[in-house]
Amino acid sequence: MDKPYAITLDPGSSLANHTGSWRTERPVYIDRLPPCNNQCPAGEDIQGWLFHAESGNYEKAWQHLTRDNPFPAIMGRVCYHSCESVCNRAQIDAPVGINSVERFLGDEAIKLGWKLVTPAAESGKHVLVVGAGPSGMSAAYHLRRFGHRVTVYEAGLMLGGMMRFGIPKYRLPRDILDAEMQRVIDMGVNVVLNTKVDSILETMQAGKFDAAFLAVGAHIGKRAYIPAGEVSKIVDAVSVLRSMEGEDKPMLGRRVIVYGGGNTAIDVARTAKRMGAEPIIVYRRTRDKMPALDFEVEEAMQEGIMIKWLSTIKEAGDSNITIEKMELDASGFPQPTGELETLEADSVVLALGQDVDLGLLEGVPGLELTDGVVKVAPNMMTGHAGIFAGGDMVPADRNITVAVGHGKKAARNIDAWLRGTEYVAPPKQPVATFDKLNTWYYADAPKTVRPMLDIIRRQSTFDEVQGGLDESTALFEARRCLSCGNCFECDNCYGVCPDNAVIKLGPGNRFEFNYDYCKGCGMCVAECPCGAIKMEPENT
Amino acid sequence: MSLQPVKFYQTGTFTVGNRLLAPEERSVQANMERTNSLNSGHRACQGCGEALGARYAIDAAMIASQGQLVAANATGCLEVFSTPYPETSWQIPWIHSLFGNAAAVATGIAAAIKVKKAKGQGGDVRVVAQGGDGGTTDIGFGCLSGMFERNDDVLYICYDNGGYMNTGVQRSSATPPAARTATTMPVGPEPGNAFGQGKFMPALAMAHEIPYVATATVADLRDLEYKVKKAMTFRGARYIQILVPCPLGWGAASQDTIRLSRLAKETGTFPVFEAEYGEITGSSKIRRLLPVEEYLRPQKRFAHLFGKVPAVETIARLQALADRNIRRYQMLDKEAI
Repeated sequence: MDKPYAITLDPGSSLANHTGSWRTERPVYIDRLPPCNNQCPAGEDIQGWLFHAESGNYEKAWQHLTRDNPFPAIMGRVCYHSCESVCNRAQIDAPVGINSVERFLGDEAIKLGWKLVTPAAESGKHVLVVGAGPSGMSAAYHLRRFGHRVTVYEAGLMLGGMMRFGIPKYRLPRDILDAEMQRVIDMGVNVVLNTKVDSILETMQAGKFDAAFLAVGAHIGKRAYIPAGEVSKIVDAVSVLRSMEGEDKPMLGRRVIVYGGGNTAIDVARTAKRMGAEPIIVYRRTRDKMPALDFEVEEAMQEGIMIKWLSTIKEAGDSNITIEKMELDASGFPQPTGELETLEADSVVLALGQDVDLGLLEGVPGLELTDGVVKVAPNMMTGHAGIFAGGDMVPADRNITVAVGHGKKAARNIDAWLRGTEYVAPPKQPVATFDKLNTWYYADAPKTVRPMLDIIRRQSTFDEVQGGLDESTALFEARRCLSCGNCFECDNCYGVCPDNAVIKLGPGNRFEFNYDYCKGCGMCVAECPCGAIKMEPENT
Repeated sequence: MSLQPVKFYQTGTFTVGNRLLAPEERSVQANMERTNSLNSGHRACQGCGEALGARYAIDAAMIASQGQLVAANATGCLEVFSTPYPETSWQIPWIHSLFGNAAAVATGIAAAIKVKKAKGQGGDVRVVAQGGDGGTTDIGFGCLSGMFERNDDVLYICYDNGGYMNTGVQRSSATPPAARTATTMPVGPEPGNAFGQGKFMPALAMAHEIPYVATATVADLRDLEYKVKKAMTFRGARYIQILVPCPLGWGAASQDTIRLSRLAKETGTFPVFEAEYGEITGSSKIRRLLPVEEYLRPQKRFAHLFGKVPAVETIARLQALADRNIRRYQMLDKEAI
C-alpha cells in the first residue's frame, strides 16, 4: 500500500457501475414496414432499393428491386404508383418520386446491360405459363429464379400482352418493353409465340408439365347496345389499341367518339389524337366519379381532348350520334334528363371494360367462376390442384402492377406446391406511420418534376410523353426518401446517448445497445429520424 | 456560418452522422474512435443534457488539441455524478478543487504548462475549465472575470441548465424568469422566479472583449463541435455556454432533452451565436419559428403559467424577451423578416 497522503482506495473507473439496472423501459431496434412497401401491389421493397440508390449504387439498387419485380423500366412508366400517394414525405413537402427513380434504374439497367440473376440449381420441375403478359412473364421470371424449367405459351405474335396491346407507345416505348422481356428470356425461359392453348388439361398432359400458371388477361371488349344505322362504325377500344401494333392502322376517321371513362378510354382517345383525329370522350358521370386516373385525364385535356361529362349515347347515325344529358340522383347514379344533343361522328369506340376468354378452362374439374373471372385461393391456386391463375383473369384490380404482383405470389406458391410444402409469408412488421418519424432531421427538398414532352409533339406523335430523370436529379430524388421505419445509419442514436450505451458496429452493420449502461431515457427513440427504435417495458 | 450549403444529402448535417457524407465531413460524435471523454457508468439522471453536452464538447476539444488536454471542473452535477471517490468517468486528465475556483485552477494549470514549456518540458497541453451555471454565473464569477480580464489561455465551458440541480433545484442567476424552483415557488402575485435584469454570461464575457465567446445547444451537435474547435484555434481566454436541459429540474420527460434544446433556439428563448473580441460575428438562424409556449409547455417548472387561467401576461413578457433575442442576435434570416 503505497498511496499518497489521505488516499486509501485505488482509483477506479465508473464502468464498474452498471447503470442499466435503473432502467424500467429498454430501447429496441426494429424495422417497421414503410407505407410505400405496404402499398405496392407488386410487393417491392421500395425503401430498400432507394437505400442503395441514395448512395449512388444504382446496380445494387436495381438488383434489390428486381428481387420482386423484373420490369423496373416498364413500371417506371406505366405503374400508377399508389406508393407515392401514401408516402410520408407528402406530409412534409411532396411525396418522393419513387416511380421516376424506378424508371431511372430500369433505363440504366438497359443502357448498361445489367443481367438478372440466374438460378443456382435446377429443380427438375417444368411449369407451364399461359400468356406472356405482365403476370405471366413475372411468374416465369420468379419460377426460373427458383430453378424451375419454364415454358410460356402466348397466343399473340409478340410478347407483352396488355403492355403491348393495351398501353400506347407514348406511354411505353416498345424498345423498352422488348428489352425487359428479353432479359427474362435470357434467364432460360422458353417462350412459344402464336400458340393458343385451347385446353389447359390437354396441353399440360402433352407437355408433361408439373404445374401451370394461367394469365391470359382480359382482351374481349365489352359491348353495349346502341341503336345504330347500317353504315355507322362502332368498334371496341381493345381492338383499336391492338391494331395499332400491326401493319394496318385502324381507320377511325376524323371525328372519333370514345364511350367510357376508364383508363382505356383515355388511352384510345389520346391514340386517336395522335393519328390526327379530334376525339371526344362521352362519359355518363362526372369527373370525380371517373375510374380513369386524374393525371391521365389532365394530360388528355392538356392535349386538347374534349370530354362530355354526364352524357350517354342514345343512338348512332351514319355521320353523327345523339347523346342524352344525364344528372346524378341522390345516390350518385346517372339518370336520363331527356335533353338531347347531336355530335358529328365518323366512328364510335367503345371503352366499357373487358371480358376474359375462358375457353381454355372448359372441362377442367373443380374450377369456380365468378362474374366471368376465375376464383383463386389466397395462394393463387384455382379450384383445380396444380393450376394457378393471376392477372386480369382473376378477381382483382386490373392493372400491370397488380398483375406483376400476382406473378410473384403465384410463383412462390407454385414453388412451394411443387416441393409439397406451403409458402408462408414472413410476418408483417407494423407500418411506419408519420407520427413515428422525427422529421426535423431531414433536409428541405421539394420533389423533382420529370420533364414533359411539348404539347404540340404530344398531340401529333407517339413520342414518349414523360421524360426520365438524369443521374443527378434521380440521386436527389432518391435522397428525399425518409427511410421510414428502417435504420439508415445516421448515427443519431450513437450520438445522442448521454451514457455511451449505443455501440456503433460500423458501416452496413448498424448499432447495438449496451444494456449494462443504458438507463432507458428514450432519447435515442425520440431523436431517431425514421422511427427504427421503440421502447419496451422491462420484464422485471 | 458554421454550416456550409452542401449538395442534398438526405439529412444533410442535421443528424449526428450521415453515411452519404465524406468521413471528414461527419461529426466527431459519429466517429467510432471518439474519445468518450465522459464514459459510461456515470450517475447522471436519465436523459441528462449536461452529460451529453460535456461529452460533445470535450470530445471535440480532444480532437482540436490532438489529445493534449487537461480539464478543471467546478463543483456541481457534472463533478458529482462523474467522480464519486474513488471512481471516475473521465478519460482525460481532470481536476476538481472547489465550487467557485475552476477558472482560477485552470489559470494556474495554464501558467504551469507555460513555465514547463519554457523549460523545455512537456508539449503544448491545452486547458479547459468547466462548470454549471451556478459555479459560473454565481459562485465562480469573480475568478472567471479575473481569468477573462487577464486573458489567461483557458477555454471555459459553462453547461447552463438554469439552476442548482444537484442540491435540489435551487435558483441561480441563470434561472429564467417565471420558472419554478425550490426557492422560487409559484406562489404570490408574481409566481416563480422574478423578472430581474438577468445575468447573461455570454454578454458579460463579450464585455471583457476576450478573443472568443459562443453559445450552443445539445440540439445542434455540428454547431457545438464547430464552436469548440474554433475556440481552440485562439489563444487567451475563451468562453462557451451550452444550454443543457435538466429533466429533473425542468420537470421534463427524459427523452425530451434534445427537443427542448431545439425549441429553446427555435422560439428565440436561447440565442445561438458567436463573437470575437467583443463583436458578434455570426448567429444560427431559426429554421422554423415557434411561439415561446411551445418551449414552456412541456416543462413542469412553467406549469403554473398554463393553469385554469393561463398567465397570458407572463407568457407575453417571456415572448417579448424571446423577440428581443431574435432582434438583438439576428436569429432570423433577412428574407424571413
